[in-house]
Amino acid sequence: MVEAGASGVSDIILQANGLVKTYTQRSGKFGFGTTLVKALDNVSITLRAGTTLAVVGESGSGKSTLARCLLQLQPLDSGEVIFAGQDLSKLDASALRTVRRNLQMVFQDPFASLNPRMRVGEIVGEGLLIHGLGSTFERQKKVIAMLKRVGLTEADMQKYPHEFSGGQRQRIGIARALVLEPKVVVCDEPVSALDVSIQAQILLLLKALQQEMALSYIFISHDLRVVRHIADDIVVMYQGRVVEQGEVTDIYEQPQHEYTQNLLAAIPGKRMAQASGLA
Amino acid sequence: MPADLQIDQLNEATPLLQLLHVSISPQKTPTRLLVNNVSFSIDAGKTTCVVGESGSGKSLTALSIMGLLSKQLQLNTGKVLFNDANDGVQDLTMLNEASLQKIRGAKIAMIFQEPMTSLNPVLTVGYQIGESLTTHLGFKGERLKAKIASLLEMVGIPPNRANSYPDELSGGQRQRVMIAMSIACEPRLLIADEPTTALDVTVQAQILKLLDDLKTRMNMGMLFITHDFGVVADIADHVVVMFRGEIVESGTKAQVLGNPQHPYTKALLACVPDAEGKKALKPIDYAWLKQEQVA
Repeated sequence: MVEAGASGVSDIILQANGLVKTYTQRSGKFGFGTTLVKALDNVSITLRAGTTLAVVGESGSGKSTLARCLLQLQPLDSGEVIFAGQDLSKLDASALRTVRRNLQMVFQDPFASLNPRMRVGEIVGEGLLIHGLGSTFERQKKVIAMLKRVGLTEADMQKYPHEFSGGQRQRIGIARALVLEPKVVVCDEPVSALDVSIQAQILLLLKALQQEMALSYIFISHDLRVVRHIADDIVVMYQGRVVEQGEVTDIYEQPQHEYTQNLLAAIPGKRMAQASGLA
Repeated sequence: MPADLQIDQLNEATPLLQLLHVSISPQKTPTRLLVNNVSFSIDAGKTTCVVGESGSGKSLTALSIMGLLSKQLQLNTGKVLFNDANDGVQDLTMLNEASLQKIRGAKIAMIFQEPMTSLNPVLTVGYQIGESLTTHLGFKGERLKAKIASLLEMVGIPPNRANSYPDELSGGQRQRVMIAMSIACEPRLLIADEPTTALDVTVQAQILKLLDDLKTRMNMGMLFITHDFGVVADIADHVVVMFRGEIVESGTKAQVLGNPQHPYTKALLACVPDAEGKKALKPIDYAWLKQEQVA
């Protein structure tokens, strides 16, 4: 793990500068008019190697757009995303594909993000196949090892996604992302669709894997309780702009921006500690 | 069972709703109990939270109150006593479909988890709010319009949005519309099945506050279903903890949160992340729980 504060240039694994992304939205009568929506308005972030950068904000704040734009799943209007010395937004499709092995994503909805017609073994192994890594036998060995690491079994390879619970599916999603041994993983609300009890399992799994595989996470979330447990740094987004960023303790203890203060005030169960104190 | 003891005490005050020994199973396998001997009560003007993970039977319990269980399921045993100011105490499980229909929406209303899927996309929200008013109370014309406008205002939506369709509203606004629909006939009991799970934290806080205000203002009883103890701490008066179809613990909020007795309650509390980040996250160890229960 990188020490907080030791943010020399060499520590930075991913950097985004001045990202702008605009959507056109139909408006007016019968949708004949158009208005421009700035989903990302000059957003810059820095991810330190081996740490977790949380991006928080409410729906519509641009945090998911940021995730997609970082991985070039959506084209940027302007700005640069620097990973391993290259600007990803300038790469062509084949070069991008090579780089993407190191940049993986875990999606929000474990029910929608797995192909229902593929077996789990195929889903997890597909990345290895696409990148031409190893022989069939080696790939299979890797898939099995990865499934076991995320708490599933070898027999699960033959099953289809619908045979699993939400938490198990999210484990499959994590296995799929990590089997390629990426450097950076973008997690887009990986636990918001899960029960609180399952959420804790997945968060601890993500944390353990980060240490083992020296991963750097970009963790998108609207839940500040969750973020507190996993993040090293936080970026707070509001209406497409970064309104505040800093180390996790600073943001929680001394939120500067009014919006951050509102987000913190909205955390459910603030009275939990008090209620516990009653007895 | 300690839960029973408590019901007996509450009996004297005649609660708004009382569930007594409710068991639910699939029709084909009556011995496989999905909900096993569940008893608890809800008082007027108070909120009872049922807490549990997915599969604990909390939603089934709620559906059984309204007689909305799917056809493949059956109520094996149990009574659902509803204390209605006019009709006295009725056992809802004994009523026929027509009598139940009169109670649903009028005296007992329900809010569902997914505001995206529980509204009809081809009808305006105003129409959908007005539906139960017309059916149960015979509201029409200008009077109906005025009532819809006042309901929308009550839940914090500009009354001119009555002509909007659900897809024109945000998730939080749709849930507000659902709430407006459910309180339209001023029900005595409101059942809310994870009403904020699909929403952002900031919107969740607003909706919880709205529900709490309405409950007090209209002196409704509320049955609130959730898996999140953080939400429980914000909204509950009484807490019922369910695990694999059974109640493992129940009591006042202070008792259950402050001095949990059952290992499952303790485990469920331990996996809620706290905002201070002081407490280490601890997932539930089911194997350990099993031993603990046997012991």
